[in-house]
Amino acid sequence: MGGYILRRVLSTLPVLAIVAVLVFLMLRLTPSDPAAIIAGDYASPEQIEGIRERLGLNEPILKQFIIWISGVLQGDFGESFFYKKQVAELIGERLEPTLSLSVITILLVVLVAVPLGIIAAHNHGTWIDRFVMGFSVLGFSIPVFVVGYILIYVFAVTLDWLPVQGYQRIREGVGGWLLRLILPAMTLSLVFIAFIARMTRTSVLEVLNEDYIRTARAKGQTEIKVLIRHALANAAVPILTIIGLTVAILIGGVVVTESVYTLPGLGLLTVDAVLARDYPTIQAVILLFSFAYVLINLLVDVAYTFLDPRIRY
Amino acid sequence: MSTMRRALTAFAVAAAVPFLATEASAQKTLRFVPHSDLKILDPIWTTAYIVRNHGYMVYDTLFGMDDKGEIQPQMVDTYKLSDDKLTWTMTLRDGLMWHDGQPVTTADIVPSIKRWASKDSMGQKLMSFVASVEAKDDKTFEIKLKEPTGLVLLALGKPSSNVPFMMPKRIAETDPNRQIEEFIGSGPFIFKRDEWVPGSKLVYTKFEGYKPRSEPPSGTTGGKVVKIDRVEWLPIRDHQQAVNALLAGEVDYIEAPPHDLHPLIKKSKDIYMFNWNPLGSQYTFRFNVLHKPFDNPKIRQAVLYAFNQEDFLKATVGSEEYYKVCKGLFICGTPFGTEVGFEDMFESNFKKARELLAEAKYDGTPVVLMHSTDNQSLTNLAPVAKSLMERAGFKVDMQSMDWQTVVARRVKKDPPEAGGWHAFLTSWVAGDLLNPVMAGFVNAACDKAMFGWPCDETIEKLRDDFAKEVDPAKQKAIVKALQRRVAEYPTHAHLGQFYNHGAIRNNLKGIVPAPAPVLWNITIE
Repeated sequence: MGGYILRRVLSTLPVLAIVAVLVFLMLRLTPSDPAAIIAGDYASPEQIEGIRERLGLNEPILKQFIIWISGVLQGDFGESFFYKKQVAELIGERLEPTLSLSVITILLVVLVAVPLGIIAAHNHGTWIDRFVMGFSVLGFSIPVFVVGYILIYVFAVTLDWLPVQGYQRIREGVGGWLLRLILPAMTLSLVFIAFIARMTRTSVLEVLNEDYIRTARAKGQTEIKVLIRHALANAAVPILTIIGLTVAILIGGVVVTESVYTLPGLGLLTVDAVLARDYPTIQAVILLFSFAYVLINLLVDVAYTFLDPRIRY
Repeated sequence: MSTMRRALTAFAVAAAVPFLATEASAQKTLRFVPHSDLKILDPIWTTAYIVRNHGYMVYDTLFGMDDKGEIQPQMVDTYKLSDDKLTWTMTLRDGLMWHDGQPVTTADIVPSIKRWASKDSMGQKLMSFVASVEAKDDKTFEIKLKEPTGLVLLALGKPSSNVPFMMPKRIAETDPNRQIEEFIGSGPFIFKRDEWVPGSKLVYTKFEGYKPRSEPPSGTTGGKVVKIDRVEWLPIRDHQQAVNALLAGEVDYIEAPPHDLHPLIKKSKDIYMFNWNPLGSQYTFRFNVLHKPFDNPKIRQAVLYAFNQEDFLKATVGSEEYYKVCKGLFICGTPFGTEVGFEDMFESNFKKARELLAEAKYDGTPVVLMHSTDNQSLTNLAPVAKSLMERAGFKVDMQSMDWQTVVARRVKKDPPEAGGWHAFLTSWVAGDLLNPVMAGFVNAACDKAMFGWPCDETIEKLRDDFAKEVDPAKQKAIVKALQRRVAEYPTHAHLGQFYNHGAIRNNLKGIVPAPAPVLWNITIE
C-alpha cells in the first residue's frame, strides 16, 4: 500500500507540470492585457506601457515561464497583480469559506442522498421510488444559479429566514457562520443529491437481488440491518466513486455559488482573477485545484481497500 | 425581521464564540455596495473610478468642484494669483492632520502635486506651464508658472480620475510607477487595512481628527462632516443579489444598480432612488483613425450623421427619466457645455451620411466594431451602432468579447485584421469631460493621444489655447471653436448623457450630490 501511495503521489507530478504549462500558455495566448486593466479605463498608453514593464509582461514568454516556475518550485507563487499580496497568502485567506462550503455541502449530500437512494431502492417501483427519481431528474436539470435565485427569493427575500449573501468567519461565531452557509450549501448540494441518490438507488438495487441478501433475510435479520450492513456495504464502492467525483466537481461548483452568494472563497477569487487577468493568482488557483482533484482521487482509491477487502494494490 | 429569522439569529448568537464582542454593531455603520470590487488602493497609480472613490474616503484635496461646477478651496485656506499671473500663492487651512496624527505641511503637498502630475494627463499639461512648486513655509507654497495658464485651479480641483489627492511626504515620494504601500491620508475616513477582506469587505472609520470646512457640503468641496462611525464597502458582483440584500436590509446603499432593476427597487416602500451625480455620464463611440476607413475624417463624419443619441440611450438606459440628449462634448449644463458645431449631426440623417461616404469613396471595408458583452451598461450600445451604420451604407463586423478583452485590444495599433480594431463604445463620468484639457478623447496629439490616436494640429492648438487662457469668457469661445473643429475632424461620437441613481434605504439621509459617490454628511436614523 505504501508503495502504491508513493507511486500515485509521484504520478501527480507530471500531471501538475502539464497543468502548469497549459495554464501559463493559455493565459498568455488569450487576447488580454493585465496592464491595461490595472491602469484603468482612462489611462494613457504611456501609463499602460509603464505598468507592463513593471510586471515583466514585456519579457519573452519562455523567460516569464522560467521565472514563474522557478518560484513555484521554491513555494513562491508570486504576487497578485492587483491585490499586491503574495498569492499564497491570498489563497490562505480564501480557503476557509471554500472549505466550509464544501464540507457542509458534502455532509448534506451524503446525509440526504444516500438514505434517499436506499429508500428508493427498497421501495422499487412504488410512488416513493418514482418521487425520488422525479426529484432526481429535476435536481440535475436546473442550473445552480437558478436554484440559488429561487432559494434566495423564498428563504431570504420573501420569508426573511436566512441572509441573502455574505460570509462570517467561523472565529466570529459558529452560529452566524452556519447560518450564512445554509443557502449556499443547499444550492450547491441539490444537483449532487439528485445524482448520488440516483446512483445509490441503482447500486443498492443491483445487490438487493444477490443471494447473500436473500440469505440475510432468511436468517431473520431486520430490513434496516439488511439494507445497511449487507446491501449498502456491498454497493459502497460505486457510491464512493461518485462521492469522490462529487467532491472534485464541487471545486467547479463553488465558483458559481460563491459568486452568487458573495462568499469570499477560492471560487470568487478565481472569478475575480480571471476577469482581471491576474495571471499569478489564476495560475496558482488552478494548480491548487488540480492538486486537490488528484489528491481526492487518490484518497478514494485508497478508501476502496477498506470497503472491499478483495481490492489490493 | 420575521420570527423565524429572529429565531435563527438567536441561534446564531447563542452559538457564537462567547469571547467575541459585537462592538461594531453598537456603532452607526453604513453598509455600502460599490459598483465594483476594490483591488488597487493607490488612486494616483490607476484611473479606475472605484479607486478614485476610495481616494475620496481616505484623502483630501487642495481644491474641489462644487455643485455648480465651480472650483472651490478645500485644504487650501487662501490663495492668490500675482499681478503678472505667473505666481500662485496658496496657504493651507489650520488644523489639517494626517491619520497618523502628524500635521499636514507644505512639505507633504509639494511631492503630492508632483506625483499626481506625473501620472495624470491634465497634471502633465499643467506641469508644462509650471516652472516650480515650492514650499515657502509649513503652510504656504507657491506655484511659479513659465507663462500664464487657466489650468491651475481646474487641474488641482478636478473631481475625477486622477484626482490630485494629497498624501504624506514619505508616501508621496513613492516612484509614480510603483503603488504606494501605506494608506495614510488626511481625508474624513481612515482605511482599516487590518479589516480588509479582499474581494468581500473594506472598512473605513470616521477620522476624529478631521477638521471640516465651515461651509455646507457641495460637490467635492465644503464641510466633509462625518456623521457615522464606520463605513463598510461590500462589493456584491451580482446586481440582482445586491438588490435582494438591499430589500432584506442587509445593506443600506447601492451605488449604481442597473437601470433594468429600478422598477423592482421602486416597488419597495423602504428604499428611495437618488441621483448622487447630477452631471451624469456620457456614452461614447471611439474611432481608431489609424486604419481605413476611419483614417478619413469624412467617413467619421458620416457616422456622426448616421447616429442619433436617443436610440443608444433608449437601448441601454430605457426610461427618459434617466437620460438626456446632449450634443455638447463637454456636458450640457456645465460652464463649457455647448452644442455648437454639432447642430445638424446626431439626427440619423442617412442621406447625408451616404453622400459623405460616396464623397469619401468608401470602398466597403468592414468596420471592426468591438462589442463588450459582460459590461451590463455597455452591452446594448454596439448593436445599435451597427444597425445605424449599416443603414447609412457601412459594412460592420461586430465582434463580441468581454470588456477586459476590449480593454486589452483597444491599446493595439495593429490593423483590425491582425488583432486591431476600428471602433468600440464606452462611457465616461461627466466629471472627466468638463473641458478640452480634461476630456481624454478630445486629445488629438497623435501617438500621445488616447487609443484611437487622433492626430490634428488644429485641435491641439485650440487645447493649448484653452490651457493658456485665464479669462473664462475667452475659454468658452475657444471651446466653441474646438467643438466646430471636432465636428470636422471627429475624434469620437458622443452619444448622450445618462444618470445612475443610487438605491438607498429610507433611514439614510444627507447624501451629497457630487461627481463621485462621497459618503460624508450621511446620517443613519
